[in-house]
Amino acid sequence: MLTFEDFRPGHLGSFGPRYVSREEIIAFAAEFDPQPMHMDDQGGGQSLLGGLSASGWQMCGIMMRMMVDGFVGRAASLGSPGVEELRWLAPLRPGDTVTLEVDVVSARLSKSRPGVGIIVLKTALQNAAAVRLCEMTSTVMIGSRNQVSAE
Amino acid sequence: MRFFEDLQVGQRRELGSFTFTAESIRRFAREFDPQPMHLDEEAGRRSLLGGLAASGWHIGSICVRLLVLDGQRQAQAWGPSPGFRDLRWIRPVLAGDTISYATEVQSLRPSASRAGWGLAQLRYTGVNQRGELVYSVLTTTFVPMRPTTA
Repeated sequence: MLTFEDFRPGHLGSFGPRYVSREEIIAFAAEFDPQPMHMDDQGGGQSLLGGLSASGWQMCGIMMRMMVDGFVGRAASLGSPGVEELRWLAPLRPGDTVTLEVDVVSARLSKSRPGVGIIVLKTALQNAAAVRLCEMTSTVMIGSRNQVSAE
Repeated sequence: MRFFEDLQVGQRRELGSFTFTAESIRRFAREFDPQPMHLDEEAGRRSLLGGLAASGWHIGSICVRLLVLDGQRQAQAWGPSPGFRDLRWIRPVLAGDTISYATEVQSLRPSASRAGWGLAQLRYTGVNQRGELVYSVLTTTFVPMRPTTA
């Protein structure tokens, strides 16, 4: 299991690829973000995005899933207090195949919670043409080796 | 709240509420955030979150749903968003919790890049049934200006 000690500043890894279908873009939009630009080609074509594109919040979900499959799922994950900044840079289109680049910005132990590591990550989602679609700086909490072995 | 010109700093609007059932928490988590504390009651109890807890991205996505439905009631489509800052998951949202969302206008400026559009900074918040703040995020959104009549 990955613990706090495994997260050192620098490149953590590249994750994916992950194919994104038209059906899942429309299904997510219908449930969470039913704006015309996320629902069909006509609505997308009339929008500033210039074509059917995934909800930005679906990008967030896809990034999270890629992180869970890539490393969070085998780490002593304790959750996340939040996201410092997230920028949507380019639309995610039906049929895109995306990859995720993750860097560790900083890693420290919590002063108030013994055994809890506070890791700041910089995450970038990009399509097959290496266009950056989304960039995020977020914080995750990961247990330290001592905390994990004490359980 | 319709066009950019109708917005004022400090304006607040209630967006409605949503009850996070155990089933809805698990369904979202299976697709986007399959960590034990979002899938399993016992694993949630043993975690820092203290019970089966909604993924933070589920909490944010429901806020977007209520925002979009509110926008449709106002018959005014807003443009896309360049992003957000200072998103905080302040307290866990556990199975059975009902979260009420609201928005408040933080700042307004005309877009430098897109004529006919303004940029609004909005703070979205979520409060549980005990009145505790659980979620907060500061977003930026393109809002259309009122069309000028010839």
